Amino acid sequence: MRARYILSEAALGLWRNVTMTVAMIITMAVSLTMLGAGGIMIMQVSKVEDLYYRDIEVSIFLAPDITDEQRAALDQALAADPLVSDYYFESQEDAYEKFRDLFADQPELVEAVGPESLPESFRVHLHDPEQYQEISDRYATTEGISEIVDQAELVDEIFAILGALQTMALAGSAVMGIAAMMLVGNVIQVAAYSKRREVAVMKLVGAPNWFIQIPFVLEAVVAGVIGALLAFGGLAAGKAFLIDGPLAPLTNVLTPVLWSTVLQMLPLLLAVGAGVSAVTAWITLRFYLRP
Amino acid sequence: MIRLERVTKTYPKAARPALDAVDVAIEKGEFVFFIGPSGSGKSTIVKLLLREITPTKGRVIVNNRDVSSMRSWRIPAFRRTVGCVFQDFRLLPNRTAYENVAFALEVIGKLQAVARRVVPEVLELVGLGGKEHRYPHELSGGEQQRVAVARAFVNRPLVLLADEPTGNLDPDTSIEIMRLLDRINRTGTTVVMVTHDSNIVNQMRRRVIEIENGRVVRDQPRGVYG
Repeated sequence: MRARYILSEAALGLWRNVTMTVAMIITMAVSLTMLGAGGIMIMQVSKVEDLYYRDIEVSIFLAPDITDEQRAALDQALAADPLVSDYYFESQEDAYEKFRDLFADQPELVEAVGPESLPESFRVHLHDPEQYQEISDRYATTEGISEIVDQAELVDEIFAILGALQTMALAGSAVMGIAAMMLVGNVIQVAAYSKRREVAVMKLVGAPNWFIQIPFVLEAVVAGVIGALLAFGGLAAGKAFLIDGPLAPLTNVLTPVLWSTVLQMLPLLLAVGAGVSAVTAWITLRFYLRP
Repeated sequence: MIRLERVTKTYPKAARPALDAVDVAIEKGEFVFFIGPSGSGKSTIVKLLLREITPTKGRVIVNNRDVSSMRSWRIPAFRRTVGCVFQDFRLLPNRTAYENVAFALEVIGKLQAVARRVVPEVLELVGLGGKEHRYPHELSGGEQQRVAVARAFVNRPLVLLADEPTGNLDPDTSIEIMRLLDRINRTGTTVVMVTHDSNIVNQMRRRVIEIENGRVVRDQPRGVYG
């Protein structure tokens, strides 16, 4: 009996104030979509970081006029360097092989370049990719080196862009989240007002506070869950039509967004949507339904 | 049963207290009128006894519970031991007489089966047999107040509070409601009624406590309006 009462009251409440309810659900959905997008980006970035930093290398390009002694000295120095986890030597022929693979679709370019026009290099993996600067400082003045290039610098720029996008998504989510909470508070106040007679009688005859409050809280939670499901639908659509569509080349360079990552957002969105709504409703009621 | 001990209630921003060091003791099964002019403080007494407000000073004891220091989470359980009717009936307009009374049982967790057994009984007791399925707007004022009394009494409270229950009723109907409250009093329920209806007080000849400017100026068994 009581369960039926609570459920029918919650459903009735949502329906009674349907425009506000829809506004609340839409705001909630937009906020949660942004939260989900931010969450996916955080997971992607950490995946990309793992992938890239593992393979990242510092390239020490050698001058064309390097002597064999200088090369051997550098080889020894790298072998003894505690910052270096491992390294290998890339000869002009190795470089040319790579070059041919990389530009296989541009035969004229490959024709025009011979092994002798490409520099020799040491390819160095660091224990900690962040320590690039120390390596650079240590070897910059060494004889026979033309240039030291760190791939991490390039990757860092990509991460900076991703990080900015992530921050924007989360900030947007927070702003929309505040708007959603205000709407929840308003919807609950309107609902409590439209049921003020019932509430007054319930308080008079000694209905427990949780019983008075739960239809309102449930109303907010239902709206929050609908918002979360819509947000998940939005993320899934984004994955299907944007990331796997026009943005596919870009995401493939980094690392593809997997369906499992998108799916992992569902419990997060549901929990945040329902939780935020419930807490907001409950706090509103504490001010509105004083004993 | 009910005790007010040196109860003072000063509302915020009020120049003088609504109640000023009031001492009253009411025994179980008594029928008591609180009378006095508007603004004398008699409605404040009902609010205190229902724990809608707390006293500024002093203690309020109802059914052996100190209501003045009661924690708010205990209020619902306390209110189940007190029934209350008001001048404006406070019925739910979209529910029938039966549903209005059953609502009071359902929201405190009673089973529907209990309601089906108890509600017709209490509606019969208040003289509404046969009108269970009328909506409030299909009932006269007196009948609506009977529904309100049925709702207040259905849970068999130890105390029934009545705040100007005849204020919206004509004299004949008022007397019927008084007969009903008297019948409920005879079942052992303490009845506390706030009124300024001199006719009724004079006819009933019950204990009268007169309040003026927040003070008890008269407390008389089998009293008249004065």
